[in-house]
Amino acid sequence: MIGLVTAFGRFCWDFVVGDDWRIAAGVVTVLAAGAVVVSSGAVDDELVTVLVGAGIAVVATATIVVEARRAARRSR
Amino acid sequence: MTGASGIGLVLSTFLASAVEFVEAFTIVLAMGLTRGWRSALWGTVAAVAALAVATAVFGYALTRWLPESALQLGIGTLLLIFGLQWLRKAILRSAGLKALHDEEATFREEQAAARAAAADNRFGVDAFGFVVAFKGVFLEGLEVVFIVITFGLNAGSVPLAAAGAAAAALLVVGAGVVVHRPLAQVPENTIKFVVGLLLTTFGTFWATEGLGVFAPDSEALEWPGGEVALLVVLGAWTAFALIAVRLLRRSGSRRATPAEVAP
Repeated sequence: MIGLVTAFGRFCWDFVVGDDWRIAAGVVTVLAAGAVVVSSGAVDDELVTVLVGAGIAVVATATIVVEARRAARRSR
Repeated sequence: MTGASGIGLVLSTFLASAVEFVEAFTIVLAMGLTRGWRSALWGTVAAVAALAVATAVFGYALTRWLPESALQLGIGTLLLIFGLQWLRKAILRSAGLKALHDEEATFREEQAAARAAAADNRFGVDAFGFVVAFKGVFLEGLEVVFIVITFGLNAGSVPLAAAGAAAAALLVVGAGVVVHRPLAQVPENTIKFVVGLLLTTFGTFWATEGLGVFAPDSEALEWPGGEVALLVVLGAWTAFALIAVRLLRRSGSRRATPAEVAP
């Protein structure tokens, strides 16, 4: 039974997170920061959407740069 | 739902499903030709039945137990993670830093594994062919189910999302039956690039809107310009991806593999 649960957990992890956990971690971090800002009510909603979108783009850039460097190292 | 988001919905589910169906078709074809069609088709039927159950349970649970804004945030986040994974791989493939997906090579690998496996007949069906076909169709199909349900629920039209996937299934299976070989001519890597862009765009849009669940009034956040912002977000992600490909190619770290997506 434990083996089945573990296998299911691993399957879910692979399915959702995939082969680069940094993307999931980055997305969740940006959205969590957005949630804090939204709950404070200190920033205009429309500005929050743009800032969160920009934050996600930063996450995408960082993960692509990391992967590209890794691929370049492998090809040397 | 506006016309633009309706078209985006059908296009997204059609393209994403087409890619998954092509991959599943390759596996079933390899098993059918190597281990016999009886086991391959029974494996496919069993996988489709399991997917139907998973769809009913997953869809029912999501719609009944989660409030709308939480649904938007949860689904948007999953789509965003999913989309960024696809987009990252597509960018690296287009820049020559990752091998292109080759359906012919996958077909050859599956056939080699199928020939090497020992015969094991159970209930008149070859166990190896059945299991491999089941696993291939179920796993690829699960991605289709995930995309159809998440897109459909968030856009408020599961039938429209399902129609996009059904059209892709008809097209891929129809073409596969006619040519009777792997659908290697399908520009899979380019489609994955487009799907990555669409998933990332909708994920960004919905996850951010869903953050409104944390606002004092719990109302969804509004993007500047409303739904028109969806096109702006799509344009921004497209520009981002194309610039990334160009910069990575220019960085000199590119391998000899030709890229499929134009700069």
